[in-house]
Amino acid sequence: MKILVCISKSPDTTAKIAFTDNNTKFATDGVQWIINPYDEWYALVKAIEIKEKDPSAVIHLVTVGGADVEPVIRKALALGGDEAIRINADTPDSYYVACQIAETAKQGSYDLVLAGKETIDHNSASIGGMLAELLELPYVSLATKLELNGNTVLITREIEGGEESCEVNTPVVVSCQKGMAEARIPNMRGIMAARTKPLKVVEPVAADSFTGIVSFELPPAKAGVKLIPADNPAELVRVLHEEAKVI
Amino acid sequence: MSVLAFIDQSEGQVKKGAYEALSYAVKLASQLGTTAEAVVLGKLTDDIAALGKYGVKKIYHVADEQLNHLDAQVFADVIAQVARAAGAKIIVLSNNSDGKAIAPGLSVKLKAGLVSGAVALPDTGNGFTVKKSVFSGKAFAHVAIKTDIKIIALNPNSFSITEAGGGNAEVSAFAAAVNTPKVKVTAVNKVKGDVPLGEAEVVVSGGRGLKGPENWGMIEELAKLLGAATACSRPVADTHWRPHHEHVGQTGLAIAPNLYIAIGISGAIQHLAGVNRSKTIVVINKDPEAPFFKAADYGIVGDAFEVVPGIIEEVKKLKGVA
Repeated sequence: MKILVCISKSPDTTAKIAFTDNNTKFATDGVQWIINPYDEWYALVKAIEIKEKDPSAVIHLVTVGGADVEPVIRKALALGGDEAIRINADTPDSYYVACQIAETAKQGSYDLVLAGKETIDHNSASIGGMLAELLELPYVSLATKLELNGNTVLITREIEGGEESCEVNTPVVVSCQKGMAEARIPNMRGIMAARTKPLKVVEPVAADSFTGIVSFELPPAKAGVKLIPADNPAELVRVLHEEAKVI
Repeated sequence: MSVLAFIDQSEGQVKKGAYEALSYAVKLASQLGTTAEAVVLGKLTDDIAALGKYGVKKIYHVADEQLNHLDAQVFADVIAQVARAAGAKIIVLSNNSDGKAIAPGLSVKLKAGLVSGAVALPDTGNGFTVKKSVFSGKAFAHVAIKTDIKIIALNPNSFSITEAGGGNAEVSAFAAAVNTPKVKVTAVNKVKGDVPLGEAEVVVSGGRGLKGPENWGMIEELAKLLGAATACSRPVADTHWRPHHEHVGQTGLAIAPNLYIAIGISGAIQHLAGVNRSKTIVVINKDPEAPFFKAADYGIVGDAFEVVPGIIEEVKKLKGVA
């Protein structure tokens, strides 16, 4: 079983969201970068759980980005995984990034390609699906459970108002979300081991980008909370019905 | 140069996101001076022609039974065939569970730029720029699509469903080449009678302030009276007081209901990220310093166990429930 886990960096979940250069760039000053939580807690930890059951499994991590992403990929290696590949390129859009990862995935002939369901910065939820199409593989998104039975992968995925169970044979691309695995933190042994695990840097292939961010915008500030006395629930129901018109 | 809306369905019924995508496609087509068409895959129990009242004139239907359940790769392939035959330049889908599965593959297949998580009609004055939600609801980005064919995946609850006063649409059977699905759906489990959280217009949500899972009765009662879905904060899901699928926030589901009622939730920044696109936010918390009040439209500083039963009584009066 050969597993490829797609890792992206993202700003820490508590990072202040602000923009510079006339609202065209994310203000990175003072921002802590973390492994995108969906990639870490669900995709990577699921791969680690698979390897714990089947020690012959091999886990490769792949990321696209400059040298500044290396601390993030080292942290991922500290959690688990045998080696990492950094594709040394910018990330202009999802299609470009998916093309880069597809190139790596083709060379490694993986049985299972896992990605987080989306990054918490761009929220495009696109890499897994694009990668599957580029590799001509089936794609199952929003997986909350995954079990292996030989070459068959049993997956539960979220749908509106419930869940759907499905079966698919490897190779397959799966996007992962909450439920897949329990979050864990790297231990000292993992951190030490990660320092010597191979981190291969490869140059990008030529690829297009289909989209580009023109500018960012913060949502308008709230007008301020209107407090209602705790002993007057009738007033709350009245304002929701008559002013806000939401009930 | 038409606009094509993908109508997704679950067990034969049109999903709410599909009505939103259709309304969006119709408005966009009118903005561009063209027509909106739609595509339906699989067997539908809902009346397809009746979708005409949302302003769509022609609907392509691929009735192949293999399309009753989702295989993203097969769906993208069939939608691409329809889009090519219809000469569609813009394809609109819901950014719901099916749309998220299909849109990225469709983007690769058609070499069409995709903006997923769109929250408004595109700006077509100079180029083609779509406003989308980023940073988990904490900001928006304006994204230019540079390709000839464009795909927009519309965030649920971001665009209102509007009837355009048309009659029945023409339903045209489309003979697509359907590949055998590799993903075999073995079971569909939906919570019957409950409002799906991602589609709900009203959401009642509880946090650690409720002290334990045994106290969720009043949350459920209020939700039922309001036709609302129930949700919870991350600590509540992590301690298994409530199921994971109810978790809203940065690493859970991001929602945008008309009304979000947060009870006993302090409002950590990660929680706000998942709910701050809600149109109206009500916060009930006994701590007047709870950060959630800063993001709220209406607030009550008080003990949930005293305040919520009072609200339930008032809602009953409003709804005329004994």
